[in-house]
Amino acid sequence: MTPSPEVTPAQARVIDRSGAPALRVEHITKSYGAVRAVSDASLAVWPGEVVGLIGDNGAGKSTLVKCIVGRTHPESGAVFVGGVELHARSPEAARAAGIEVVYQNLALVDSLDIAANLFLGRELTRGQGALGRIGLLSRRRMRAEAARVLQEFGVDLGRASLSDPVDRLSGGQRQGIAVARAIVWGQKVVMLDEPAAALGVEQTENVLGLVERLRDQGVGVIFISHNMDQVMHVCDRVFVMRRGQTLGWAETAAVSTTDLVGFITGALPLHPATEGV
Amino acid sequence: MVAGAERKLGPSEMWDLVQRRGRPLVPYLGFLLIFAVFGITEHSKGFTSGTNLRSIVEQNASIGVMAMTYVFVLSAGEIDLSIGATVALVALVSAVVLEHHGVLLGVLAGLGAGLSVGLINGLLTVLLRVPSFLITLGMTSVVGGIGEAMTNLTSIGVPNQHFDNVFGSGTVAGIPSLFIWLIVVLVIAHVALKGSRFGRHILAVGGNRDAALSMGLRVKALRVSALVISSLGATLAGLLYAGRLQGAVYTLGSTDLLTVIAAAIIGGTSLFGGRGSVPGALVGALLLGMLQEGLVLFGLTVPDQMIAEGLVVIVAVSISLRERAE
Repeated sequence: MTPSPEVTPAQARVIDRSGAPALRVEHITKSYGAVRAVSDASLAVWPGEVVGLIGDNGAGKSTLVKCIVGRTHPESGAVFVGGVELHARSPEAARAAGIEVVYQNLALVDSLDIAANLFLGRELTRGQGALGRIGLLSRRRMRAEAARVLQEFGVDLGRASLSDPVDRLSGGQRQGIAVARAIVWGQKVVMLDEPAAALGVEQTENVLGLVERLRDQGVGVIFISHNMDQVMHVCDRVFVMRRGQTLGWAETAAVSTTDLVGFITGALPLHPATEGV
Repeated sequence: MVAGAERKLGPSEMWDLVQRRGRPLVPYLGFLLIFAVFGITEHSKGFTSGTNLRSIVEQNASIGVMAMTYVFVLSAGEIDLSIGATVALVALVSAVVLEHHGVLLGVLAGLGAGLSVGLINGLLTVLLRVPSFLITLGMTSVVGGIGEAMTNLTSIGVPNQHFDNVFGSGTVAGIPSLFIWLIVVLVIAHVALKGSRFGRHILAVGGNRDAALSMGLRVKALRVSALVISSLGATLAGLLYAGRLQGAVYTLGSTDLLTVIAAAIIGGTSLFGGRGSVPGALVGALLLGMLQEGLVLFGLTVPDQMIAEGLVVIVAVSISLRERAE
């Protein structure tokens, strides 16, 4: 574990939990053949809260995220966004409900340009009515908007231009684009799966800053990371997964980095995952 | 910060830029080069005469149409081996129906047959989760068999003036019908691929299917559409063959598959999805047609031409593969 430059444990922030959670996940189970990848997993994140999701490799974190957005289909379980159950379980429905994910593999199309990737599935089109239904792209507006967004979120393209395919970009730039896309479209919930895995110190700081910014805008954030310093720095609570199960949660302000390791190995007790949900 | 175009580029970066920006021009430059070579060496044999050039375009109209629609299926990361058999089926069905029920019903019947092949290709590929390569390979045999059985291996004439005008050697306002079809398909297909949401999603599915799924694109519907579009191209190609030859026979289109794939790849479409160019495919088709015509004038026999075309395909595909590896 590499320590990030400024490890400041999150201050205990007051989070308004009187309303409905931004995202509530109940009793999700997903098996692949005889293997239970996710077993009765539950969690909740409120608007303006950052929840860490930690656990060993293979604990089921990424699979749980995929179940939540309907990228894979769990055998059982329910997902609520802002208190309303998400019945149609597909990435399309999840995005329409305001959930965005930064996937570990970034989910970028290498052969398409930067603007096309930022707007993938959300393209701006020209005209209205019958003409609008043909779906003619408004490339100029998308480029302008993309330039604005990348500038705002501090994604430095260096020598690359917006019309370059993303396979021309560095790992950090690609990650920056994936994160920017999630931030732009994630109205209610943004889930980041190892968003800083391939990043240098400065870019990592930038991503953590963007997470805090999302939080301050009232978005519920789920932050998956193996870097405990990052988790302590940016998360209000952590949910711990082990062998597909959500063991429970703890407030980061009340625990230490060493405690997190204790939670992951199961040595230390946690609040039950469904408590207070 | 964002554009960064103001910085100075080193020589290697300049060369990189030239290569990147220049790559899409390669098929057009190749076309001009071959045209120049034959134009000079075979000028006395009438290569550059208006009649010869027009006949090159007309003889390759069907290939051109199929190459342009094939861009969609390749861009979507699929392949369709059944276009040759579909060409023959459509031509035969149209000819048979046209004989007794008139032009309109004949064309509609052909369209129905071609559309059905495309839908079956697409739905079987998606629902059975079998690669389109295998589904369309099987369908080649099925469709070909139907075509042969339908007519008992005989050819059927299409002695119809209207049909000939629209799909064959006729002209509209002085412009040959086949030119008009090529231009119509060029414009529609190009705008659909590069200027519409649909085309962008096709490219996304072929470029990275996993990302397309994650971003909520309707991947199954897009894959079906791609296979339907290549069948529609084969359908129009079948009608154009029937019009130009004023008849249909079960062998129509049987040798076209390789030429169509080669034309698309020469034109800058990736064999592995994610990248495609409709104008490039048309230029690729005309380039191959011109090459063939030029070789005929050089005195090459049909087997010689086959060898030459095969070599061109191998070169084009290996270039495409090398680009992917990079």
